[in-house]
Amino acid sequence: MNALMAEHGAYDVARIRGDFPILGERVYGKPLTYLDNGASAQKPRAVIDAIRNAYETEYANVHRGVHYLSQRATDAMESARQKVRDFLNAREDHEIIFVRGATEGINLVAASWGRANLKPGDEILLTTMEHHSNIVPWQMIRDQTGAVIKVAPIDDDGALVMEELARLIGPRTRMVAVTHVSNALGTVVPIADIIRRAHAVGAKVLIDGCQAVPHIPVDVQALDCDFYVFSGHKLYGPSGIGVLYGKAALLEAMPPYQGGGEMIETVTFQKTTYAGLPFKFEAGTPHIVGAVGLGAAIEYLGSLGLPRIAAHEHELLAYATERLAALNAIRIVGRAPEKAAILSFTLDGVHPHDIGTILDREGIAVRTGHHCAQPVMDRFDLPATVRASFGLYNTREEVDRLVAGLARVQEIFRS
Amino acid sequence: MELRDLYQDVILDHSKHPRNFGTLGPPAFEARGNNPLCGDRVTVYLTLDGDRVADVRFEAKGCAISVASASMMTELIKGRPLEEVRALFSRFHAAVTAKNAPDAANLEALDGLAALIGVRDFPTRVKCATLAWHAMSSALDGSGTTVKTE
Ligand SMILES: Cc1ncc(COP(=O)(O)O)c(C=O)c1O
Repeated sequence: MNALMAEHGAYDVARIRGDFPILGERVYGKPLTYLDNGASAQKPRAVIDAIRNAYETEYANVHRGVHYLSQRATDAMESARQKVRDFLNAREDHEIIFVRGATEGINLVAASWGRANLKPGDEILLTTMEHHSNIVPWQMIRDQTGAVIKVAPIDDDGALVMEELARLIGPRTRMVAVTHVSNALGTVVPIADIIRRAHAVGAKVLIDGCQAVPHIPVDVQALDCDFYVFSGHKLYGPSGIGVLYGKAALLEAMPPYQGGGEMIETVTFQKTTYAGLPFKFEAGTPHIVGAVGLGAAIEYLGSLGLPRIAAHEHELLAYATERLAALNAIRIVGRAPEKAAILSFTLDGVHPHDIGTILDREGIAVRTGHHCAQPVMDRFDLPATVRASFGLYNTREEVDRLVAGLARVQEIFRS
Repeated sequence: MELRDLYQDVILDHSKHPRNFGTLGPPAFEARGNNPLCGDRVTVYLTLDGDRVADVRFEAKGCAISVASASMMTELIKGRPLEEVRALFSRFHAAVTAKNAPDAANLEALDGLAALIGVRDFPTRVKCATLAWHAMSSALDGSGTTVKTE
């Protein structure tokens, strides 16, 4: 921590909050307490400005115009790709495929890699913790190929049961698709270990990094993962843009996902040859300015330093966990030894939806529901939880407001 | 609009002590309601006596608003002619979704449901208040399918 501070100076949350215009908003006359970062993060001025600047000064379609602006827009988009490559430490720019978000990235791999590689009886291994977007695409390809889905369980703390997972990885395993961080529980999954085990039997691994990239530095080469996906909007960038990283050799061998412009080399009615990476997987006009915005978000995070952000959030999570655990009738759902920035809980006798409404009137934004992770809810036999998820701009004072809001909930329901 | 207008005592009471909670076996009509947004689930069971509701029960896993609304509904419709039940549902539905607040006459016509009118100012909660009613209505129609509030 000290070395980090020496490098960047102290982590000045008050100043950092000033970078996010929306944090100055009031809701129902109360200051906004935004604790729904797991659903989507707010945008710093650097991102908003980059988007405006792109539209105002360097916008045209990419990769097709000979004119000045098209070249500028193409350069801007390709420079964003380089920023993503650096961010993930991928080997090549063209291993970075721009997609709409994690959902599209997973669908792309399931459909393209899955159709080319899965045979009846082949196994896809998931975990109980997956977001629906890392379940449903695999079910769709299962139904098309006759592959089988296996599910690695979690324990009562919400940690993955590694012995079970190890037992489930076998000679028929072709794909292991796991989240890096659980969006419903906050559990950090030991993906390096999982990747090693999967590779030992020749299986490929897709990591859903949606909830990880805002908090944990990722090095896809060191991890040796085959695919890694994330969404821009949870990383303080725009929605509608996301990233699929894939090892070049795998991506090259995969058939295209969608057909159209941009992804071709030559087209005749008899035969079409496809463009090389990354364009083979980027059919149609992409979200050009979204990519620029994502690049700006990555640059912004770099300026703060992800390890410093992680340290700040870790401290907040520990503080929030301690304060909530001290309240009567609160049950924290997800107490894995390693967690990132997410605190899911229930309150005896009060449904999460009612808690969400009451907190909302206090200006506190949390998510309530099943968090698109119904198997997790079933595992804990809960219909829903309340989820507070922290971002780089949250403060201890906001945690205090959450605690006061929960006291208000209890007051209303006690009467 | 204060939270207290939504979470009135009568609503909290029904949510903590739901009336007519339970099931009815065959030949009861049965229909489920699902609110995927918050995970509310309610099942309504109905028996008829000619064109009256003879008995009604419900089971629910849901928020205070959806449970209270279901509980209040069962009290109101038990023994009532179907025609009145349908009319009450449409008055209630109109009242919680209308742009303008209901006037005194409307409130009067809502029987005991006036306490639920507070959801008007909490748009995300309107579906919770109408969930059991939709399920009841689909049970009456004999379709018995799961209704979703979307
Ligand atoms: C773990 C996880 N995976 C996938 C997704 C889907 O992301 P998107 O909706 O941006 O495609 C989310 C977002 O909620 C998530 O939290």
